[in-house]
Amino acid sequence: MQNQRKIRVLIAKPGLDSHDRGAKIIARALRDAGMEVIYTGLKQTPEQIVETALQEDVDVIGLSILSGAHKTLFPMIMELLKQKGLTDVLVVAGGIIPEEDVPEMKKLGIKEIFGPGTRTDKIVQFVFENVPKRT
Amino acid sequence: MSDKEKINEIAKERERWEKTTLPKWIGQSPERKSEFRNHSGTLIKRVYTPEDIKDLDYMRDLGFPGEYPFTRGVHATMHRGRLWTMRQFSGYGTAEQTNQRFKYLLKEGETGLSIAFDYPSIRGYDSDHPFSKGEVGICGVAVSSLKDMEVLFNGIPLDKVTTSMTINGPAAMLLAMYIAVGNKQGVPMEKLGGTTQNDVLKEFFAQKLIIFPPKPSLKLVTDIVEYCTKHVPRWNPISISGYHIREAGGNAVQELAFTLYDGITYVESCLERGMKVDEFAPRLSFFFAAHNDLFEEIAKFRAARRIWAKTMKERFHAKNPRSMWMRMHVQTAGFTLTAQQPLNNITRVTIQALSAVLAGTQSLHTNSFDEALALPSEEAVRIALRTQQIIAHESGVVNTIDPLAGSYYVENLTNEMEERTMEYFRKLDDMGGAIPAIEKGFFQKEIADSAYEYQKEVDEKRRILVGVNDYTTEEKQPIKVLRVDPKVEEEQVTSLHKLKSERDNKKVNEMLEKLHYATEKDENLMPIIIDAVKAYATIGEICDVLRKIYGEYKELIVI
Repeated sequence: MQNQRKIRVLIAKPGLDSHDRGAKIIARALRDAGMEVIYTGLKQTPEQIVETALQEDVDVIGLSILSGAHKTLFPMIMELLKQKGLTDVLVVAGGIIPEEDVPEMKKLGIKEIFGPGTRTDKIVQFVFENVPKRT
Repeated sequence: MSDKEKINEIAKERERWEKTTLPKWIGQSPERKSEFRNHSGTLIKRVYTPEDIKDLDYMRDLGFPGEYPFTRGVHATMHRGRLWTMRQFSGYGTAEQTNQRFKYLLKEGETGLSIAFDYPSIRGYDSDHPFSKGEVGICGVAVSSLKDMEVLFNGIPLDKVTTSMTINGPAAMLLAMYIAVGNKQGVPMEKLGGTTQNDVLKEFFAQKLIIFPPKPSLKLVTDIVEYCTKHVPRWNPISISGYHIREAGGNAVQELAFTLYDGITYVESCLERGMKVDEFAPRLSFFFAAHNDLFEEIAKFRAARRIWAKTMKERFHAKNPRSMWMRMHVQTAGFTLTAQQPLNNITRVTIQALSAVLAGTQSLHTNSFDEALALPSEEAVRIALRTQQIIAHESGVVNTIDPLAGSYYVENLTNEMEERTMEYFRKLDDMGGAIPAIEKGFFQKEIADSAYEYQKEVDEKRRILVGVNDYTTEEKQPIKVLRVDPKVEEEQVTSLHKLKSERDNKKVNEMLEKLHYATEKDENLMPIIIDAVKAYATIGEICDVLRKIYGEYKELIVI
């Protein structure tokens, strides 16, 4: 019998901003939904985030950023994930990310961007539906 | 009839009303909810009567404006004498761009400046540090050295404006730069007016833009207070801030209690340094958020003034009434702004601003309607400023002082705010003070719990947010948002490198060595930091010296 593995999620705060209200709420909501959640804390470099994702063997990465540096930092993170072979990890993001930047972010491989006002259960549902199946 | 008899009479009448008139109405149209609560969870009654303030003693609890316990205001004439300072937090891009925005705002009738620094500056990194990549000039103005500060205030005489700086870890460096700019303009530091936020305690559990561990952080705060008390008498060395506690998720009571308790901690630290309470306390200032629940907010501001006055008098034995004054700056709550139907935010901001004005604030920032999307555009920030001007000149609410005093509801809420704050004070005293409470994660947990509860209320539609979880529309309102040109980083780094090659580097190194020595000796660091910035040592260089000795704070993660 195979043990049902809990979905493992990394909630990460890249960049220098310290708005962690959303990140913490999402971390709690995913945990309450039965997932294993690791929260990085603030001020994480792209290298640190990818390293943690690798160490913790996560299925999902949630990036939260409100500083406006997403256009610099998200490409760095996605590139590092590729280099480390973490291409099947589901990556989603949230924070203050202008509508016009969304297509560019999605092109990088970020599956969904959740803007301000998103219900937490929507995010939980999205993760359940899109998490890569483990074999 | 005695007062007590009158109250009994009213109580009897209320009971009669509840038995006769009320049930008929409830039978025909039941109330919309089984219970009504405000943001901090207080059960709100259907109607308030003299019963609810039966213990209120006018002279003891309210008094007159400008007199103890200052519930009704710290000045005797309040907004009839002088309107509050209209101070819009602003900063983006290069110092030159922000200088233009400052001049625009002053031209439009703003009466004080307030600088938003970018994240690298706030965290004590220069624009060319690897951490700064992508962040330079994005969320605030990039200031790495005195050179940037000189450009920022180009053409703005420092004896004609007051300036507030939202800066904490590197507060000493930015204040030093402001003093140096004044010096170059021929304005002596005795004449400089303004505020450094310099409230590091709330950084550990609310704003979280921290550089050094709690103890050296508190030492630097105290250095600034001590220095300003002696040399920059018109400066507010700390702005003890609840705003970030609220934004991080705390409710109104937590905002009030934690802020004032931080204030107590600063007073204790200054006393330990050997300062006398009446020397420094008059310059302590406060900063709160104005959220959506109008009366709860008004009660919070009024209670804040009364608690602080009592604390200064009873706990610290202040004699000078100014030591008991709580002077406050208020900002409308950024968290309440919605990305959906953003023009609705103008209405929210108006209601929030009204609470601060009705409660007698000294200074106010109104948020711009587009701030859930990006930095404010010029149009949005003008409307925000106009909102204050409309309240000041058209609404008539400024014609009398503390107009809600005596309201059964507002006075009852004010009392309740005070009682719940005192409960927190006792709990925090028992924990050994603010620093042990931070180390235990007490504040962090309290705030995280409130934030999560608030979100659940929104998700479950127990709390309606117009345009977000109700009254939604598919229609998009096109808003042109302000974008910072990515070239700013390049320009800023180039000019920083130019500065580093052109300044007298021998002198800079000498200053940094002196700073190292003074830090090890635990001296007051303000004088040497002023000398260092005058030699164009950068924020990053100065913070690096301190990081080496103090270490860096490692975040305590509390979800």
